[in-house]
Parts: sequence; structure tokens; C-alpha cells
Amino acid sequence: MWTIYLNVVLQGVMTGLIYGLMALGLSVIFGVVRVVNFAHGEFAVVAMYAAFVLFKIYGLDPLIAMAPIALAFFAIGFILQMGLVNSFVGRAEHEQFILLVGLAIILINAVLMIFGPDAQPVNLPYAFDSYLIGPLIIDKVRVYAAIAAVAVSAGLFAFFRHTRTGTAIRACADNLVGAAVIGLNVKRLYALTFGLGLACVGAAGALMETIADAAPSLGPAYTLLAFTIVIVGGLGSMSGALVGGVLIGVSEALAGFLIAPSMKSMFSFALLIAVLVLRPQGLMGRRVA
Amino acid sequence: MTALWGAMNTRARILLGVLVVMLLAAPLALDRYFLSVLTLILYFVYVGQAWNLMMGYAGQLSLGHALYVGVGGYVAAALWVHYGIGPWLGVVPAIAIAAAFGAAIGWLGFRFGIEGVYFALLTIAFAEFTRIGFDHIPFVGGAGGLFIPYEQDRIGEWWNLRGGQHLFYYLAFLLAAVGVLITALLSRARLGFQWLAIREDETAARALGIDVFRAKMKAVLISSGMTAVGGVFYAFYNNSLFPTQIFNISRSIELILAPIVGGIGTVFGPVVGAFVLTPLGEVLIALTEWLGIDLPGVKAVFYGLTLMIIITLVPTGVWPWIARRLDLVKNEP
Repeated sequence: MWTIYLNVVLQGVMTGLIYGLMALGLSVIFGVVRVVNFAHGEFAVVAMYAAFVLFKIYGLDPLIAMAPIALAFFAIGFILQMGLVNSFVGRAEHEQFILLVGLAIILINAVLMIFGPDAQPVNLPYAFDSYLIGPLIIDKVRVYAAIAAVAVSAGLFAFFRHTRTGTAIRACADNLVGAAVIGLNVKRLYALTFGLGLACVGAAGALMETIADAAPSLGPAYTLLAFTIVIVGGLGSMSGALVGGVLIGVSEALAGFLIAPSMKSMFSFALLIAVLVLRPQGLMGRRVA
Repeated sequence: MTALWGAMNTRARILLGVLVVMLLAAPLALDRYFLSVLTLILYFVYVGQAWNLMMGYAGQLSLGHALYVGVGGYVAAALWVHYGIGPWLGVVPAIAIAAAFGAAIGWLGFRFGIEGVYFALLTIAFAEFTRIGFDHIPFVGGAGGLFIPYEQDRIGEWWNLRGGQHLFYYLAFLLAAVGVLITALLSRARLGFQWLAIREDETAARALGIDVFRAKMKAVLISSGMTAVGGVFYAFYNNSLFPTQIFNISRSIELILAPIVGGIGTVFGPVVGAFVLTPLGEVLIALTEWLGIDLPGVKAVFYGLTLMIIITLVPTGVWPWIARRLDLVKNEP
């Protein structure tokens, strides 16, 4: 009996790692630029469609397509921050909100225009393969996607920890005035950060396409999901995003299995409310004044 | 009333008078379609005004006002469908229950110091939580929706909100007018000034001796209660309620667009915003039909684009800009 639960939890962990990568993008952007990307889930959906198209036309496995998609998303993010969002930094929250909601509406409806409302799956040849380890049954696609998500996250961690640019970005997040005083090009670093954040979503979206079918209606749902994860883990905390992702992934999987799939996100929201009330800085977050 | 009147110059008074007369006379000149658009505009003026009190004046960003619309609508509709209790009576428990939701969110948020983006997310979380919850309450039809039966012999029972377009048009007009009046009165009352102080600097407001928690709670209670009345209107106007629709986050967003575009923290901002945005949506529909672009989403793409342009060009809203240009208001910021 317990092996069923173990299987469900394991599945939740693997899905959660992809969620985590998506949320990581949101967390990085908020942590540095201090702008909440309300179009985050919509970007994820655009990435899913990109993976779908690359698979359909070139037969490219989303695990490989992830790289060009992330790169393109990086460029989009960089340009977006440079051209538009930079002028909104430091302005009222509701103004930033409208800007990004406008963007979200455009993205999701552009997708709707091009692909229609139906879900678009990628049928991988190994979609139904699984590994049997003792009593555990692990889907091959999920394992691959989870490993890829961890790899991308690790790469991002390493970038922020060990490169000069990464250190400079962290300096901007810690002390904006100080960073400007020592001559860092804050606007460019912000653009880089937004680009990196979108690259995370791009990669996560491509990976998501292997385990879920792309559909326009997923956009707002993923935005909310990313928010939930980031708040649970702690806004601005990178490790928190991954931990939150896994937590939400597991809670969704367990609730879907034990109660009803339609009620699974109710538990995520309950968890979100509980965390907001009991520990507003998130599980892994630091309290900032 | 006098407070609102006193803040306007002659030109503004004439314009307002003309607007009111035109709105009152509109059913004489307009067909069903235009009247329904106008009804929608007035509805958005009202709920926008309710949200404006909380965000524009008290500075608390709520992105979950669909919650109060939904709860208000569901309570009144369920009382009518199950017990035959009419909406004029049903609106009282509708307000009470929606305000209780508001109180819970406000208490949690303000007690535990959840602010800004975090507070906004708390409101979204509550709305989503309730949406999924309502999907699983068989008493109100669950995900299948709650329907208010359309009975021929009840047509004209205005006391039960059973009637045609005219009834709902004038009702929406009444709501909008009351909404504007409430905002005008509160903005010049003691409470309104307390809200402004809190919005600008909460610590300073506390230092002035303002009970910040109380003032913020009042904002949430008034705003959620007012929004619930809008929900009752919505329920009886549309005759059907679905959790996925009425509690949807896009509904919350739709509701706050008019005040933001018009200018938050102003009495006429939500009015101007609603009169700009709703017709814009309709014009876009007509335009895409006329151009023969039969694609779902075209309209929304332009809509999103317009939002981005407006917020980039006039971030404080269209109304303060108009008021400055036309020299309408003496002391509206």
C-alpha cells in the first residue's frame, strides 16, 4: 500500500522540480528587479507551444529544443526589460501590474489566434516507457525532465555564485544604491536578469510540454502556480523556489490522488494562505524591511 | 453631495449634469444592444468605485475582488432559487457574507503585516480557494452552475429583479450613482483622510494617532460589501452563475482596469475608465468583424496593447489628465 503513496510522492517531486524551475525565473526577476512578472505563466505557455512547433516541424525532442527556446527567451527578456520594464522600475505596483497584465493578455491571445483553443500534445516515442526500481514505477519522461530542470537550476546557481556578472547582479539586489555608486550598469544588469528569468521559464515550458499538453488556458493557472511556489519558498530566494516547487508538486499529487484531482490546487492555495500568514517571508526567505 | 458639488467648477457641474441627463434619457434613444453596453459600463463604474475605495484611497491592492462579486451573487441567487427570498431582501445576507470574507482577508493581512504584492497574492489565493470550493458545493450546483429560472409570468416583477433591459439599465445607473456618491462623501470625510494618510505613509499615519488597523478594516468591509451588491446585480442580470467564470482571476482584473485606466484615488476616475474601456472592447469586436478577421483573441490582443500604451503614457490615469486639460476640478489631485 505504501508503495502507491511513494510512487505518487515521487511523481510529485519530479513534476515539482519543473514547477520549481519555472518559479525560479519569477523569483530571480522579483529578487533583483523588484518587478512582479504577472505574465510569467503566459511565457511558460508560449515556450510550451514553441517546443510543440519545434517537435512538429523538425522532430526536435523538447529536451533538446529547450536550449534554443531558453536562448530566445533570454533575448526577449533582455529586450523587454531594456525597452519597456526598466522605465517602470520603482513605480507603483499597480502600474507595473497593468503593464505586465497587458503583456500577458497579448501573449495568451496571440497563442489562441495562432493555435486555437485545443490542447497540443507532443508524442514522444518514449512517452510510455518507465523504469521499474523495486516497487517503484518511474516515468521516463518525468525523470528526464526533472534531471534537466535540476541541471538548468544548478547552472543558474553557479552563474550567480561564481561569475563576476552574477556577483554584480546579486550586488544590485542587495544594495541598489551601492551597486550604482561603484559603477555597475544597473539597467543592463536588470535586463540580463529579466533575460535569465525568462530563460528559466523558457526551459521550464519546454520541459513541461513533455508531461502536459500546451493550451492557452494554462497561462493564468501557471502564473498563479509560480506565485504560489515563490511565496511558499520565499520571494527572491533561489533555493526556496525549488523547495517550494517540490512541495507544491507533492501536495498537488497527493491531493489529486487522495481526494479529487479537481481539488488539488485548493491545497496549494491553502498552503499559500497559511505560509503568507505564518511566515510571510516564505519558508526559505529572509525578512526584508 | 455638497462636498462633491463644492469641489467642482461651473464647467464641471454643467458637464456632469449633461452626463446624468443623457444617461437617464438613454433608453429613449438607444436600442437593446447599446443599452446593454451602457448597462455594462455602469456596472463597471460601480464595482470599480468599490475597488477604488480600497486601493485608490486606502492603498490596499486587492486582486481578488471577483471573490466578493461571486459570493454576493451566489448568496442572493441561492436564497431566491431555494427559498424564494427576493434579491432586495437577499442582498442583506449577501453583503454580510461577502463582508465576512473581506473581514477574514483583512484581518489576516493587516494583523500579520502582509503588504503590497503579498497582500495582493493573499486576495488572489482566497478568491481561487473559494472558486474551487464552490465547484464542490452541490447546494449551489457545483461546477455545473447555478441558474435563476426565467419564468414568463414573473416578467415585470421588478421587486424580484425580474424584468427587461430597462429595469437593469436604471438599476445599474442607480448603483453607479450611489457608488460615485459614496466615494465622494468618503473621500471628504474623516475616514477618507485617514485612508489617504495610511496610503501615503503608514508609519506617519500611526504617529498621528490614526488607528491604522481599524481604518484599513473599514476599507475592506465597505469595499467588499459594496462589491457584493454588484454581484447580486450580476447574478440576476445574467441569470446564471458558474464558479469558474465568476470567481476567475480575469474577472478580478477586468474589474480593476477601469479605475486604474481612469485614475485611482479620484472620484471620477472609475467612471471615465469604464466609459473608455468597455466601449473600446465593443469597438474592437465590431472592427474585427468588419475587417472579416474571424479569429478568437484578436480583440483581446488589441485590448492588452491598449492597456500597455495607456499605462505607459498616462500612468496616473486618464481622468486627472482630462481634468487638467479641460480645467474641470478645483482640487482634485
